[in-house]
Amino acid sequence: MSVNFGYSIAPTRAINYDNCDFSKLHELEQAVPSFKRCINCGACTATCSAQQFTSFNIRKIKTLCMDGQYESLGKELKKCMLCGKCTLVCPRGLALRPIIMTMRKIFVTK
Amino acid sequence: MTKRYWNAYQKEIAEDHYFYERSCIRQTFFPGSEAAFLRIMREELHKDIKDEANQHTCTGIGYHSDIVPLETTMTVVARLFSLMQEDGYTNYVPSCVTSFGIFSEMIDIWEHQPEMLEKTRENLYKATGREFAIPSNLAHPSDIIYKFREELKKNMKYQLVNRFTGKPLRVVEHVGCHYAKIFPERGIGNAEFPYVLAGMIESWGGEVVDYPERRHCCGFGFRHYLLQENRGYSIANSKKKFESMEPYEPDFIVCNCPGCTMFMDKWQYTIAEMENKTYDKEGYGIPVLTYEEMAGLLLGYDPWELGLQIHQVQAENLMNKIGIKYNPDEKYRGVNGKILPKPERPSVLKQ
Repeated sequence: MSVNFGYSIAPTRAINYDNCDFSKLHELEQAVPSFKRCINCGACTATCSAQQFTSFNIRKIKTLCMDGQYESLGKELKKCMLCGKCTLVCPRGLALRPIIMTMRKIFVTK
Repeated sequence: MTKRYWNAYQKEIAEDHYFYERSCIRQTFFPGSEAAFLRIMREELHKDIKDEANQHTCTGIGYHSDIVPLETTMTVVARLFSLMQEDGYTNYVPSCVTSFGIFSEMIDIWEHQPEMLEKTRENLYKATGREFAIPSNLAHPSDIIYKFREELKKNMKYQLVNRFTGKPLRVVEHVGCHYAKIFPERGIGNAEFPYVLAGMIESWGGEVVDYPERRHCCGFGFRHYLLQENRGYSIANSKKKFESMEPYEPDFIVCNCPGCTMFMDKWQYTIAEMENKTYDKEGYGIPVLTYEEMAGLLLGYDPWELGLQIHQVQAENLMNKIGIKYNPDEKYRGVNGKILPKPERPSVLKQ
């Protein structure tokens, strides 16, 4: 670049679902069918111990799963302490610890 | 049935006796466009149009940047309307699409909140001793050119046809967001089927390119570009449009908004410098014209008087395709007759 403009072209944040691979999401939904009951309220994230001192955000992880954006999930899921507070506050009664454990199997070990 | 539905998408445009309000930025970036519009109105259509010397900003850029408060904008708009009233006109024609949006918004607020109208009357009177009337007709200049497009066609020396292939030129039309997206009923074709520019292109022999991001914002958006650090978002919008239109190989782009014309023109240079990418095959970029420049070229006006040399993407290739005659030696001759210094050449974009 011959000119310093002082800014660069912001990369697009649009997600093209036609190019997304949803196979891992389907695998997760088959393993833990209750995952579909989530209403994205964010109570899990609000009460999370790990989010007090890391960027761990269960609600964001769920959104990334639903959008087929798996790249950062492995790193993020390692931040969970498996304390289970989220399971206590979930208004839909989701067993979030098994969900996180299954996610780790699908997105981290594979 | 179709015709009846389409009638609901039309707007009323005055026949004659217009009060013209100039734009803040158009005279800098497309200095020949407003002069061309006045010439078309007076010499081609023989209409009465007032070019008032005491006019001023509509506050649009300051208003949309949260710098100018609503009450101030209303009072400034009221002063412009008072100038129109003083000159004995009732049909208001703002050159800029943002001004068009501002006037539409203020009139709409006054219609729904009469107490705001009374407060504005009071503010204007206290500040300037003036009184004002709301225009009976508000139309953008592109509305007027659209309305009289068939009359203008009779005077045109050229058509939007490639003289080498005999095929219609492929034209991307981009309608400004503040033209029909704020108050859809004030735009021809509303927000769903904006037809103001497409109508001109089709009447004058061209073919409108319908591409996926046709209605996407150009990237102007005020807050996107006012701070240098934010301009990456502005240019990302334009890039999205260029990438979407590129496979359709458009011959040129035509806009009715000053911001759209400026950004779709200038960002092609910036993208070329940053990413070594142009969106036409030959590397010259896609020329971006205002609708007045398009009409002026077809009417046989001198392209250098229209100000085409001021554009970032040069239009010589387009003029060659249409068969427009021009003198390259006169390109940089100023109004005083002297040849002005030539601008520096971009490192990527060919000229």
